[in-house]
Amino acid sequence: MSQYNAPLRDMHFVMKELAGLEQVVQLPGYEEVDTDLSDAILEEASKFAGNVLSPINFSGDQEGSKWHNKAVTVPAGFKEAYTQFAENGWTALACSPEFGGQGLPKLISTAVNEMWKSANMAFSLCPMLTTGAIEALMTAGSDALKQKFLPKMVSGEWTGTMNLTEPSAGSDLAAVRTRAEPQGDGSYKIFGQKIFITYGDHNMTENIVHLVLARLPNAPEGVKGISLFVVPKFMVKDDGSLGERNDAYCVSIEHKLGIHASPTAVMAFGDHGGAVGYLVGEENRGLEYMFIMMNAARFAVGMEGVALAERAYQQAVWYAKDRIQGTELGVRGGPKVSILKHPDVRRLLMSMRSQTEAARALAYVVAAAMDAAKHHPDEAVRAANQAFADLMIPVVKGHSTEMSIEVASEGVQVHGGMGFIEETGAAQHLRDARITAIYEGTTAIQANDLIGRKMAREGGATIKAVIAEMRKLDAKLAAQNGADFVAIRKRFAAGVDALEQAANWIVAIFKDDIKAAHAGSVPFLRLLGIVAGGWQMARAALVAQEKIAGGDSDPFYAAKIVTARFFADHQLTKAQGLTDSIVDGATGTLALAEELF
Amino acid sequence: MHIVVCIKQVPDSAQIRVHPVTNTIMRQGVPAIINPYDLFAIEAALALKDQLGGKVTVLTMGPPQAEPALRKALSYGCDEAVLVTDKLFAGADTLATSYVLASAIKTLHQETPVDLVFTGKQTIDGDTAQVGPGVAKRLELELLTYVSRIVSVDQAANSIRVERRAEGGVQVLETRLPALITMLEGSNEIRFGSAPDMFRAARAEVCVWDRNAAGIEDIKKVGLKGSPTIVSRVFVPSPRAQKAQQIEFDAANPEAATQTLLDKVLVEIPKVKKQLDQTRDNKRASRSAGERHE
Ligand SMILES: Cc1cc2nc3c(=O)[nH]c(=O)nc-3n(C[C@H](O)[C@H](O)[C@H](O)COP(=O)(O)OP(=O)(O)OC[C@H]3O[C@@H](n4cnc5c(N)ncnc54)[C@H](O)[C@@H]3O)c2cc1C
Repeated sequence: MSQYNAPLRDMHFVMKELAGLEQVVQLPGYEEVDTDLSDAILEEASKFAGNVLSPINFSGDQEGSKWHNKAVTVPAGFKEAYTQFAENGWTALACSPEFGGQGLPKLISTAVNEMWKSANMAFSLCPMLTTGAIEALMTAGSDALKQKFLPKMVSGEWTGTMNLTEPSAGSDLAAVRTRAEPQGDGSYKIFGQKIFITYGDHNMTENIVHLVLARLPNAPEGVKGISLFVVPKFMVKDDGSLGERNDAYCVSIEHKLGIHASPTAVMAFGDHGGAVGYLVGEENRGLEYMFIMMNAARFAVGMEGVALAERAYQQAVWYAKDRIQGTELGVRGGPKVSILKHPDVRRLLMSMRSQTEAARALAYVVAAAMDAAKHHPDEAVRAANQAFADLMIPVVKGHSTEMSIEVASEGVQVHGGMGFIEETGAAQHLRDARITAIYEGTTAIQANDLIGRKMAREGGATIKAVIAEMRKLDAKLAAQNGADFVAIRKRFAAGVDALEQAANWIVAIFKDDIKAAHAGSVPFLRLLGIVAGGWQMARAALVAQEKIAGGDSDPFYAAKIVTARFFADHQLTKAQGLTDSIVDGATGTLALAEELF
Repeated sequence: MHIVVCIKQVPDSAQIRVHPVTNTIMRQGVPAIINPYDLFAIEAALALKDQLGGKVTVLTMGPPQAEPALRKALSYGCDEAVLVTDKLFAGADTLATSYVLASAIKTLHQETPVDLVFTGKQTIDGDTAQVGPGVAKRLELELLTYVSRIVSVDQAANSIRVERRAEGGVQVLETRLPALITMLEGSNEIRFGSAPDMFRAARAEVCVWDRNAAGIEDIKKVGLKGSPTIVSRVFVPSPRAQKAQQIEFDAANPEAATQTLLDKVLVEIPKVKKQLDQTRDNKRASRSAGERHE
């Protein structure tokens, strides 16, 4: 089994050459940051990921978290790793300096987070959800709540959870039933059951801060009647010390396909008289606050896709170099060779590699757009970046995660029979990847958001602008010599044509036949993911070509061009097929009568 | 406790590639790193600071480009950094380097008395292991080389006890402070830099000292002028062409096999063969002498 080795070369390349790290660190608010600091942080994070988190990934999966008597114990090594993680300040990376955070740009924290997710996805979920809970409090919490909870959450002394899902409220959170009753002293009592709560209980820290969606008495039905509450596991006294155990218990944990080390809790609130909670922000605006945070959370899960694809690729390359089987084609009577010599193994590896690099490039570019959307001094630039990020985040989430499942499956295939055997480690990546396309909104929910809120509602303005931007690359590609660039240019142009055709069709049909539009929503999300990935790979190839022309002999650049070419010939070629399915496929999708299923 | 750690920035030899055609070293893009042996010195110093308090100052003599190495050391938790740099220092050998470092440490000492100086065992580019002892001698510090573990520091008694790896065993040594210690590889593992320390390191002011600031008294002792070492020739020893031989022996008789092997090998080195023969003869002689006594 291979240990994780952070792809620092590609990360630096994407950050600097594609996502504009130089410009990002110039933005107001990031005065403390420069590219040297970014390099130093990535280097240190890569060591922590490779030496501390990666070695407990497989053992954590095998052992799993254990539940006993309403308390969860994490696998061996997790508590120690978490303590060190917090002590080294990693929990606070992107948090506001006001509460002890480092306030790093999204672009840099994205690369760092990718490493945690690659090295040990099940571990990484805990700090990820804590960040989500911190953002919820930052967004809407009163000063008193912030003072009480944030410093210890930012420092990592306490972790956070997001309690949204209930047995009958998953994709549709409007169906939340958990109740909150005002106590007259400003606090509330919470009653109800939440399911699937990641790190809902664990023994890594002395306290856990739950953010819980619940309904007040007489709240309006549906989305407008849900409020957000903070419910600590242990009450926090005014002096900051811990008080009584709150009535919020983990009553069981789930048995899952993957991420075994991450406890997925069933949480019971108020079985013993009511869990004390405090309202975050205003009554009935809970889902609204969730929406504000949604971009960050969805993006983070999209990065899990990139990260797991990377890990699966590293594992597959490691195995392919080592495994001797068969002789090389065209070498009669030759020696037994490593399977890396077989064209189909190379196809699998190139497929994994190119899709991972494309997804990383797209995600980092979106991260930089999120930075600009928040910090750029020019309002018009902020708005344009926000629109781009809003459009692309469901794609980063939906496409990267679906891609990671396919890539991890290809990784298993590279291993042959050993891929199906747990000890190799390849199977874990496939199992772990599977959840990423489900939680934080399934791929279908992402796709609905993409074609509805992000496209149809604004008449396709942003997607059209993005397509126009993509087309600008054609002249630069045309100016290059060589078969690689001829192929990249041709495939990319065809991909953009296909994207435009599908986008126009969806925007046009959305009002007249909303079901037909939604029948093609996931294929459209994938289509945009592929073409946007091809766009970034083409940009990468141009930069690489420029470096080579300038005399740089780093083999990374030649490999980048080859990889971009592969992506063009093997992924961009799918674009027209997807468009055909979107435009013509709704009939077949919707025709069958329900009783025939 | 004021601890000074002397470090050097070196090219990462693990990443040096040799041009396939010209056989020359390709320096392009080879990152500069802290001399790996110095990391053990940094960690040893930081561990002592964790235990006893005080501060750790990292010191390097080098070109202005060596500053990132100092920032890196700050990101591990060192408190202050001093870069001693001057055009006159170029071309320094170990004698001149130790003179400059010793002068700088003396200057640091005037501000806050220095209790301990750490260096790595040697550098990966020079491999001499001379600078540490050179500094110790000039500053009249107690010298402990090849230290594998700091056992304890007794501040009241002003003493330090260490373990030193020596041939065939471990020596436990104790001496008084101030002392200079050169740390052996593998004696510890450099900690992870923490995010807050990385931010501090990025913002921190690195003191840049020229020859005056460093308190150099005799400029004839620095740089090329102060370096009596002459490199007369650099060469790659040419591999000797030699054919492999097959030596056959009877597996059931290991003693005979050893003898066959020795005979084969010793033919190649007549000097050793002669010596061996002689010892054997002597032994035989003394044994027969012993026999006679009985
Ligand atoms: C391991 C794990 C960890 C989790 N962690 C957390 C957590 O920490 N906090 C938390 O609150 N929740 C968590 N969840 C819950 C997770 O977010 C939900 O499972 C997810 O949102 C899907 O909801 P559901 O399970 O009810 O599926 P359903 O909503 O029942 O979906 C079933 C199927 O129907 C499709 N579907 C549903 N609605 C639509 C629609 N409108 N259009 C098209 N298709 C639709 C879905 O795509 C899916 O294919 C976790 C879940 C798991 C498995």
